[in-house]
Amino acid sequence: MKQEGDDNGNSPEAIAMVKAVKRQLEDVMDPELPFLSVGEMGILRDVIYKNDHTICIVTPTYSGCPATDVISKDVLAAARVVDPRSSVQIAMSPAWTTDWISEKAREKMTQNGIAPPEGLSHDRAFLTGDDRIIPCPICKSKNTKLISPFGSTACKASFSCNTCLEPFEHFKCI
Amino acid sequence: MNKPQHKQALLRLGDDALILGQRLGEWCGHAPALEEDIALTNIALDLIGQTQSYLSLAGSLNEGESQTDDQLAFHRTERDFKNLLLVEQPNGDFGDTIVRQFLFDHFALLRAEHLASQTFDLEAAAIAAKAIKEIRYHADHSSKWVIRLGDGTTESHERVQKSLNELWKFTGEMFTADEIDVAGIESGLLPDLTILKTKWDTAIDAVLKKSTLIRPENGWMQQGGRKGIHTESFGFLLAEMQSLPRTYPDATW
Repeated sequence: MKQEGDDNGNSPEAIAMVKAVKRQLEDVMDPELPFLSVGEMGILRDVIYKNDHTICIVTPTYSGCPATDVISKDVLAAARVVDPRSSVQIAMSPAWTTDWISEKAREKMTQNGIAPPEGLSHDRAFLTGDDRIIPCPICKSKNTKLISPFGSTACKASFSCNTCLEPFEHFKCI
Repeated sequence: MNKPQHKQALLRLGDDALILGQRLGEWCGHAPALEEDIALTNIALDLIGQTQSYLSLAGSLNEGESQTDDQLAFHRTERDFKNLLLVEQPNGDFGDTIVRQFLFDHFALLRAEHLASQTFDLEAAAIAAKAIKEIRYHADHSSKWVIRLGDGTTESHERVQKSLNELWKFTGEMFTADEIDVAGIESGLLPDLTILKTKWDTAIDAVLKKSTLIRPENGWMQQGGRKGIHTESFGFLLAEMQSLPRTYPDATW
């Protein structure tokens, strides 16, 4: 009987293995945002099958993000539960962008007190514009101010709310 | 360009980022405000990340066994570092640090824009495409501070003008092409420094105008970093940066 494969010539077993690894990786969380999975963050780019094993493709958010090492280790450990020969490959291109963060993930950020990125990265006004409005994730007020363009991690800026007076972090739009 | 020249060009990219990152790291716990402490060390983190990428790539082009980023950062001696003299200048006061950052950021941004668009080295292009997003943010931050300090109080204006006057002599080196640059420009890897200078002038002048600072005259320009001839403070920086891996060569976290 002729075996059905995918466009890359992978066998049904290989396709099933990729699927199983992907499912396993759904539980790997971003260590700095433990309520979001690396898939939801757009850090896990793909899982492919090559030379009889799976390869998990991961991209760093920022060049110096210390979480990249931890994420790679966590992804590898999870993938190897399913495929003991799995490996991790770091892909620099295309460069990570907050545009890849899913709508669901953005909602989870707000629920956890972090203002998600506003707008799309090609419009730099959302990153550095003086008149951008970042709503407070706690009281939803639009009357907020930038405290510092940097924050506790490379990906965040520090804001404070003029209405409820709470400080909060904003995930930079890059 | 040949392989050794290619490696040298990448070392320069990595060393500029490494040495400036190391300098900014010295501010940790010492900045004038908590927010700036976090800002300067965040910028340092981005720069060290870029360093890891560029130095790993440079190390892979080594004749013979390839070198790791750590080997290149921690086990080279002073003459082997090819960073610009500008980035190794001591932190001084906050104004000195901001002006140094401002002058470098706009150069680094233009250079990264070229690197990201060239096809001679696609790995370098990928690193640069990522770095652009970070450098653009740094340039925005340092430019805003130059404006705030320049157009601030009489004292902040005078002090930051002095920083600008003192550091200006290190800007010529960014645009002086030597044989590595010439080979890099011919191959397409590196940008034409004359064009880069025109764009840099425009960017710098626009910020200086808003800051009410006066652009210094182009006088004698100090050079040597690209040849491994450094200024006095560099030896101290290196001694501190390399002390742990040199004392305990096999140390791991």
